[in-house]
Amino acid sequence: MIFEGLAEKLQNTFSKLKGKGKLDEKDVNAAMREVKMALLEADVNFKVVKDFISRVKERAVGDEVLESLTPGQHVIKIVKDELTHLMGETQSKINFSNKPPTVIMMAGLQGAGKTTTCGKLAKLLKKEGKRPLLVAGDIYRPAAINQLEVVGKQVEVPVFSMGDKEKPVNIAKESILHAEKHGNDVVIIDTAGRLHIDANLMDELKEIDQGVNPHEKLLVLDSMTGQDAVNVAKEFNETIEINGVILTKLDGDTRGGAALSIRAVTDKPIKFVGMGEKLDELEAFHPDRMASRILGMGDMLSLIEKA
Amino acid sequence: TKTKKGITDRVDDMVKSYTKIDEDLFEELEEILITADLGVNTTMEIIDQLRDRVRENKTTDPMEVKGLLKELLTEALEEVADPNLNLETTPSVIMVVGVNGVGKTTSIGKIAHKLKGEGKKVLLAAGDTFRAGAIDQLKIWGERSGIDVISHQEGSDPAAVVYDAIQAAKSRKVDVLICDTAGRLHNKKNLMNELGKVFKIVNRECDGLSRESLLVLDATTGQNAIQQAKIFKEVTNISGLVLTKLDGTAKGGIVISVSKELKVPVKLIGVGEKLEDLQSFEPKTFVEALFD
Ligand SMILES: Nc1nc2c(ncn2[C@@H]2O[C@H](COP(=O)(O)OP(=O)(O)OP(=O)(O)O)[C@@H](O)[C@H]2O)c(=O)[nH]1
Ligand SMILES: Nc1nc2c(ncn2[C@@H]2O[C@H](COP(=O)(O)OP(=O)(O)OP(=O)(O)O)[C@@H](O)[C@H]2O)c(=O)[nH]1
Ligand SMILES: [Mg+2]
Ligand SMILES: [Mg+2]
Repeated sequence: MIFEGLAEKLQNTFSKLKGKGKLDEKDVNAAMREVKMALLEADVNFKVVKDFISRVKERAVGDEVLESLTPGQHVIKIVKDELTHLMGETQSKINFSNKPPTVIMMAGLQGAGKTTTCGKLAKLLKKEGKRPLLVAGDIYRPAAINQLEVVGKQVEVPVFSMGDKEKPVNIAKESILHAEKHGNDVVIIDTAGRLHIDANLMDELKEIDQGVNPHEKLLVLDSMTGQDAVNVAKEFNETIEINGVILTKLDGDTRGGAALSIRAVTDKPIKFVGMGEKLDELEAFHPDRMASRILGMGDMLSLIEKA
Repeated sequence: TKTKKGITDRVDDMVKSYTKIDEDLFEELEEILITADLGVNTTMEIIDQLRDRVRENKTTDPMEVKGLLKELLTEALEEVADPNLNLETTPSVIMVVGVNGVGKTTSIGKIAHKLKGEGKKVLLAAGDTFRAGAIDQLKIWGERSGIDVISHQEGSDPAAVVYDAIQAAKSRKVDVLICDTAGRLHNKKNLMNELGKVFKIVNRECDGLSRESLLVLDATTGQNAIQQAKIFKEVTNISGLVLTKLDGTAKGGIVISVSKELKVPVKLIGVGEKLEDLQSFEPKTFVEALFD
């Protein structure tokens, strides 16, 4: 794969450049070609890559190479800084309402990991002393309600369901009354998977949003997503104005460039990452780790970091 | 729809705006391929081939270049194309594998419905004993087309379910047995070993029977699909691909790279969540859609 060798390639590109001095445009251009390929291999959206590269170029040309680094390492450092910056601050927290219950809604494409993540989040919040209620808002997928009930049992959190005949917005509204009555201070609403171009289902999502005004609307996105991530994130964000993103299946070996794409188009923070199928495998998001991962050079970067 | 239109217009506009074939034209075509998830390597290869072809054909009209590109892509897919499932014997066995959430169980529901419609007697095996609700989900799909499902309890050994299902398929004179398996990431050694164990049972019990091992890929997936295909092929000797969720805006271009590299044909595509949302894969139509 192209990627294994980005660090090496950059070193080679710069090997001819002996003294440390300043980076000139020609050197930077050569390096940026490698970086561009690497980002594309990592599934970062084409347009996002283009913008990113031109920004890094601007910053790198004329930059004084740090005493402790080779020019190759120096460019990698700039790239990584910019990537981390673009990925935003660590914001792995939920906006709690000062008037409970706090309402959280999950949304996303089919199979992204919404139902599983509902269970994970419930478990996490329960550990923090909350009393969550899970809400079965997917009335379409075969056995979706049953799935959430099993998940609820596993994390010992009650599940509110009205079967699959009631409209999701009504289920959501009822669930809040139920939570108020039963002392649940957090309501986590599972929704059906839907395509961002499915007008009916996107309207349904908007209806739930307007019906219960969630404090936290989270887009659940599969970290293996390719170039289309930008369309998905953009449409969901335009429809319900999300508060953040949960990136799932990061326990795989995907580079996860989609993380960068969704940040670039929505400017919303990635709050958590899913690291496995088990319900305790939800972790805080670390922008710098994600940057290293997208660049495919974790060890290399930590070495540079120490330099 | 809003996001779906655009690229064709763009390509045509773009091609029209060129009076001669130059680097910019190739670069724009490159962009389209990358945006369709073909990946850098495959895209570069194909664009190089395109350059050769333009030279060979002495093409001078920029408008013709897009046609040549489509030809190249179609050829790449047709080289390995084979839309048929090998289901000669009674019973035949279809194993369905893939990473989490790609559409395995749903595709099984659709394939079973299609085969039943062709007059075949079908049986399903609930080989995903791990995921919450997976068994019920498959049972609902079975009910939708009146097809029996062999299942054990959640948490039980998947190899045992598959073993039972094979025996049932034989004794009930079923034409096709389709086995669901739990979604698993290809980089999880223990889960892949577990799958290997299931396949060992199938190999042992189904000697001489027609078999398909279908890897389900989600069209939304980017470059990771190549890695998925490689490792699933090692463990389960996949004979075909099912490309799901093509009803979205993702192009699924990654299957071009996968079939080029692994020589495995795409057999079926998923275009929705309903019983009938399954189609045979046609290279030409697929390539056309890359440019839509
Ligand atoms: N390896 C891994 N698997 C995950 C993760 N999150 C979810 N999954 C798996 O992904 C598959 C789909 O998860 P679901 O929670 O059913 O996804 P969903 O978004 O609710 O799906 P729909 O309701 O059909 O749209 C299941 O097999 C989950 O076990 C994760 O972080 N890592
Ligand atoms: N739009 C669309 N959705 C699909 C398609 N195929 C499957 N889905 C949806 O994708 C989600 C996941 O499908 P499943 O069949 O449960 O996927 P799976 O691979 O069995 O998942 P696990 O068993 O959890 O690994 C469900 O919501 C399906 O309805 C398709 O072709 N188009
Ligand atoms: Mg779900
Ligand atoms: Mg399944």
